[in-house]
Amino acid sequence: MMRVFEGLRFRRIESPIHSLDPRSKAVFLLVLSALSILYSDPLTLTVLLIIQIPLVCIARVVKFWLNSLRGSAVLMVFIFGVNFLTSYFYVGGFTLEGLTMAAAMTIRFVTLIGAFSLFFLTTTPEDLSLALEKLKIPYDICFAFTAAMRFVPDIALEAQSIMDAQKSRGLELEKGKIIQRIRNTLPILVPLFIRSFQRSLELAEAMESRAYGAIKKRTSLYELKMSKNDYALITFSIIFMLIVVIIKSF
Amino acid sequence: MIEVLDVYYTYPNGFTALKDVNLTIDRGECVAIMGENGAGKTTLIKHFNGLLKPTKGTVIVDGNNTKDLSVAQLSRKVGLVFQNPDHQFFSETVEEEVAFALKNFGFQEDEIKRRVDQALERMGLTQYRQNSPFNLSGGEKKRLAIASVVVFNPDYLILDEPTIGQDYLQKLEIIDIIRSFLKEGKTVVIVTHDLEFVVDLRPRTILMSQGRIILDDTADKALSNLKLLDEASLLPPQITELAYRLFNSPSLEGILDEKDLMEIVKPLIIRRMKQ
Repeated sequence: MMRVFEGLRFRRIESPIHSLDPRSKAVFLLVLSALSILYSDPLTLTVLLIIQIPLVCIARVVKFWLNSLRGSAVLMVFIFGVNFLTSYFYVGGFTLEGLTMAAAMTIRFVTLIGAFSLFFLTTTPEDLSLALEKLKIPYDICFAFTAAMRFVPDIALEAQSIMDAQKSRGLELEKGKIIQRIRNTLPILVPLFIRSFQRSLELAEAMESRAYGAIKKRTSLYELKMSKNDYALITFSIIFMLIVVIIKSF
Repeated sequence: MIEVLDVYYTYPNGFTALKDVNLTIDRGECVAIMGENGAGKTTLIKHFNGLLKPTKGTVIVDGNNTKDLSVAQLSRKVGLVFQNPDHQFFSETVEEEVAFALKNFGFQEDEIKRRVDQALERMGLTQYRQNSPFNLSGGEKKRLAIASVVVFNPDYLILDEPTIGQDYLQKLEIIDIIRSFLKEGKTVVIVTHDLEFVVDLRPRTILMSQGRIILDDTADKALSNLKLLDEASLLPPQITELAYRLFNSPSLEGILDEKDLMEIVKPLIIRRMKQ
């Protein structure tokens, strides 16, 4: 499960994809998500997945990207299983359609995970915040969003320390029945939540002591600028979408 | 006895935190582990109760390989108190917090009550037994964290940075607690940066640097070894530093506090006065 979070964490690597404007990457992400929700045949969905691969390679995040796909393997199996069984009982037997349908749902999931992972792996939280501001979203909300993203790895580390501390007091997380194991997560979750509240209070105090919100109109040190590559990606995304839509309508 | 044999540990992110560590801790010993941040101190003690299993090498606790037992089973023997008390409290009252480990280990109800009373008394927390653990002060939280481990009476007590955020009086209290454990024949291992604390306690001292043990000796010898202290990013105690400057001799050993210094200086003063 931790792997999925790892796959959403930004990696500071220099690449043409990293230096793209988050808005153009968002257009690409939106096109991929929309198409993969719109169409549900395995072929189209596979194309949507494959189209990401060159970008992942250019961004040099292949390892992390594959890691996030691997991290969601359990969910993939689950999605495939549920869809297959539903069709099995609904139609009343083993059919090719049922199998295709289950495969398509799984590929759709992989496509979406891949697309989001690519976006977050290559976009700094700061850039993301700037992009949200450009979209006229109030700064408070942008800040809350980027702060949440920024604290994910910290919270993961903290969860590990808490698990270590509770195991050292005899909490059995390695063995036992499933119900017992679920009940045993309480001593992990309570300190984790309390620490999160404490942390947000501390953060608020630290921000206020640095005059957060003193001036209504903020200016930015860095301004987002669209480059040639950005326009190229947006044009490509739109043309790609049109091609898929046209081919699929015949 | 805890035996650490040729242990290497590499974290999943590829960082090798322990390199070729060999160490034997006998029953009844008091051991301090010192070293710079990231030297591998916490990684090492997490091997003692099986939270981490060595990438290479073996850790043996009282004859059992830690790879063969769960953390909960090993913790019954090896009690580990973590650095940050906020990373473990979850109960509504101090009392329940202390009873948590006993319930996990399957103690009887009346035995739980007896032991909780005893542990609270020992840590000076009896008056807070109905309070929320989150409303305690920093020092009290630390003592509660210790209470929640000593309550199940482990043979080995491992303390990670017990003196962080404690004032001098609270430190003295912790020293008293450690001494009383040693008197009962328990083994105490302390990870610390705190020189004063080590000077007062004079345990066997292990210096670590960059994942290796660079010295394993008495506190007298370890804290007088300026070269290795520097390697482990530690400053010698001020009195030791003063003694070096006074006598300008690199062979001085074991002058860690004012009493040690007095022993050397007093005869010199008396001799001078007689002249």
